[in-house]
Amino acid sequence: MVWGVLQFPGSCDERDALRACSLLGEARLVWHEERDLGGIDAVVVPGGFSYGDYLRAGAIARFSPAMEAVAEFAAAGGSVLGICNGFQVLCEAGLLPGALLLNETRRFTCRQLELLTPRGGLSIPGKHGEGRYYAPEELLDELEARGQVAYRYAPGENPNGSARDIAGVRNEAGNVLGLMPHPEHAVDPLTGSTDGLKVFEDLAR
Amino acid sequence: MVRARVLIRPKEGILDPQGKAVERALPALGFEGVGHVRVGRMVELEAEDPARLGELCEKLLANPLIEDYEIERLDGGA
Repeated sequence: MVWGVLQFPGSCDERDALRACSLLGEARLVWHEERDLGGIDAVVVPGGFSYGDYLRAGAIARFSPAMEAVAEFAAAGGSVLGICNGFQVLCEAGLLPGALLLNETRRFTCRQLELLTPRGGLSIPGKHGEGRYYAPEELLDELEARGQVAYRYAPGENPNGSARDIAGVRNEAGNVLGLMPHPEHAVDPLTGSTDGLKVFEDLAR
Repeated sequence: MVRARVLIRPKEGILDPQGKAVERALPALGFEGVGHVRVGRMVELEAEDPARLGELCEKLLANPLIEDYEIERLDGGA
C-alpha cells in the first residue's frame, strides 16, 4: 500500500504521519502545489496550521491544487484520512459532514485522550484549539443512524464540547475518515501507546 | 470597482466562546448590563463584479453551516 501525506505551508505533523504510514507500507510527501496522486492508494491530510489557519481553520487549504486532486481521488473511492487540521480541511472541503469550532473552554487542549470505537477503546493524544465538532441536530441523527460516527470521546473525556462526544466521522461512502486526536503520534511503544495504528487500519477497512 | 464590507458572525444558537469571554470580562471593568455578545469577523474588499460577492461569501469568507454573513456596499449601491 502506498500512502501519500499532504504537506501545506504551516503543516506540522506530516513527518509523524509519514513515519506512521511507513510502518504500514510505502509513504511519500505530497507538496500542496502537486496535483499528481498517481500510484497513491491512500492519502493523509495531516495536522498543523495550514496557510496559518487564516479566516477559519482549513478554509484556505481546501483550495490548494493538492486538495483539488484529493477531492477527485475521494470521489473515485480513494481512501482519505484527515487528522486534526486535516479533519478541519476535509470538513471545509465538504468531503466530510459538519464543522470544527473553537473549543468550548477556549483552552488549547493537549493530552492523552480515551476514545470509543465500535471495535473497542483507543488511547491517543489530542492537541487542538478548534476541535468542537458541530453539525445541526438532524444531521447528527442521520450520521448516527448511518453509522458515520467513527470515534467518540469516552465518558468524561470530551475536551472541547463536541456534539454527542464525536471525535471523528466518516463520509457516507466510508472512504473518507477524519478525527481531531492524533493517531500518528501513537504508533510506537516508546510514546506509550500504539493504538494510533488501528486508526490507519480503520481507513483500509 | 465596488467597495464592500462583509460581516460574518456565528449562527444564532451556536455557542460563541469568544463572545462569552468578552461578556464575562466586561463587569470586571465596570461595564454592567451588557449581554448577548457575539464576536465575528469583518472583511473589506473591492470587487469588479459585485454580483459575485454572495458566491464568494458562500465559498470562502463564511462557512454557511456555522456562520451568517451580510454584505454591505460602501458606495451606496445595493
